[in-house]
Amino acid sequence: MSQVMVDVHGVHKSFGPLQVLRGVDLRVRPGEVTVILGPSGSGKSTLLRTINHLEKVDRGWISIDGELIGYRRSGDKLHELKEKEVLKQRTHIGFVFQNFNLFPHLTVLENVTEAPVSALRRPRKEAAETARRLLARVGLEDKADAYPRQLSGGQQQRVAIARALALEPKVLLFDEPTSALDPELVGEVLEVIKDLAATGTTMIVVTHEIGFAREVADTVVFMDGGLVVEQGPPAAVPDTPRHERTRAFLSKVL
Amino acid sequence: MSSDTLTPPAERLDGRPSEFTVVPARHYARWAAAVAVLVLVAQFTHGLATNPVWEWHVFADYVFSETIVQAVWVTLQLTAYATVLGFLLGTVIAFMRLSHSPVLQTVAWTYIWIFRSIPMIVQLVFWFNLSALYERLGVGIPFGPVFWSVDSNSLIGTIGAAVIGLTLHQAAYAAEIVRGGVLAVDPGQREAAAALGIPRLRQIRRIVLPQAMRAILPTAGNEIIGLLKGTSVVYVMSIGELFYQVQVIYGRNGRVIPLLLVATAWYVVLTSLLSVAQYYVERHYARGADRTPPPTPLQRARRALKTLGDSR
Repeated sequence: MSQVMVDVHGVHKSFGPLQVLRGVDLRVRPGEVTVILGPSGSGKSTLLRTINHLEKVDRGWISIDGELIGYRRSGDKLHELKEKEVLKQRTHIGFVFQNFNLFPHLTVLENVTEAPVSALRRPRKEAAETARRLLARVGLEDKADAYPRQLSGGQQQRVAIARALALEPKVLLFDEPTSALDPELVGEVLEVIKDLAATGTTMIVVTHEIGFAREVADTVVFMDGGLVVEQGPPAAVPDTPRHERTRAFLSKVL
Repeated sequence: MSSDTLTPPAERLDGRPSEFTVVPARHYARWAAAVAVLVLVAQFTHGLATNPVWEWHVFADYVFSETIVQAVWVTLQLTAYATVLGFLLGTVIAFMRLSHSPVLQTVAWTYIWIFRSIPMIVQLVFWFNLSALYERLGVGIPFGPVFWSVDSNSLIGTIGAAVIGLTLHQAAYAAEIVRGGVLAVDPGQREAAAALGIPRLRQIRRIVLPQAMRAILPTAGNEIIGLLKGTSVVYVMSIGELFYQVQVIYGRNGRVIPLLLVATAWYVVLTSLLSVAQYYVERHYARGADRTPPPTPLQRARRALKTLGDSR
């Protein structure tokens, strides 16, 4: 395993005339939890989506565990990968969406086993066993046969986490995992993420939960205007921000 | 506001509101309308039974006759082939139109444009006269030599021409119905499937289409029922389907009305069966959409019988 698990290098991304990322650099070591903070429109979510190639970058590159994402390098040229190869790379990257995006027509168990069976060609029985173990880990072993709409938002997000874990990814990406939840349900999801952090899963979490950042993060990154403005240990960034923009943002959310 | 309007009337009387009798609202207009409808239905039924022009004995003679049952079978076959092949081709064209490839998009768009522009009956007659356009069909190098060829009439035949015509026409409409269904699925679903690395075909088959079915089915039901009745236009190709045979028979014996009734009865029965099938298929694809799925009519009837039995 290399010393850097996720390496984001000089990433630019525009949507039409709108520059969303303007040269982002980010390095995440194996087993580390990185929390990305920043105002809306600062490019946090887009950055996360470029890491698993849901968005193509315009300039720069991203690698995970030493493997370039979305491209193959030969000499000084990057060749775009076919969709099939990109899909294969994505099985190493777990992604948890703000709106859960569970498959509503499949049961909880089928949601968790779908990718291991179809993408990794695991035997169905083995995948179901793993799924039940993961559901137990997020405290939902008794909901295996329920449909997503029969669950609360917090339960749905925990299923989504189990679904991402079922691929045994090298890194887990969370895109505002608690933003769509009622306040009293936020805790149960953060609890699950904290447990994962304790077991040494490499994670990048985009969130507005400063308390969570302070408690769990190894590194806190503050983004604004498509750039990383400031990064450091949680004691430094949320508590004693050096940058004016970080201070302005924190004074609003705290 | 005075203080006694704030006091609930129940408490002011004797504190036992459970003793009140509820008088349902009376809908006099509804009763009047029901009577009017009943009178009209009775008149019509009386006419059906007594007007000799309906010639019910002729209807009874023909409705299960071998020729008619044969013809119904041909109608069902044409419908089944055109539905299955039309929706398969239509689904492929829908995904071509939704693909990122400009070539596939253009081909799909052109196909839909052409086949929606040609009236079905015109297209059917074209296929019927294919041999006038291309006497022989073969395989070879484009603009070069032909290695193998066959007489086009012997290749497709009349029924074949009808199935091809109906299928190509149906596929253009099916493509738009399927595309509409796919567009109705939350884009987050496709994104989640892509983020999990699920292979592309599997994303379509397992994640997108089952959810799209909810939007596809009501319109598809319309189309299939339309197609069942639409097969009657292939009478222009002298294919022995229901409407053609009925025409042949009344051309021979002059009993137009009862024979049209025979055709009507069969079309109504077949359409009703399709509607029932549609209900159950829709119910199947609704799983996970409701917290508690509604009971089937059968379950509902059983439950009603049970409560009836319990109340005795």
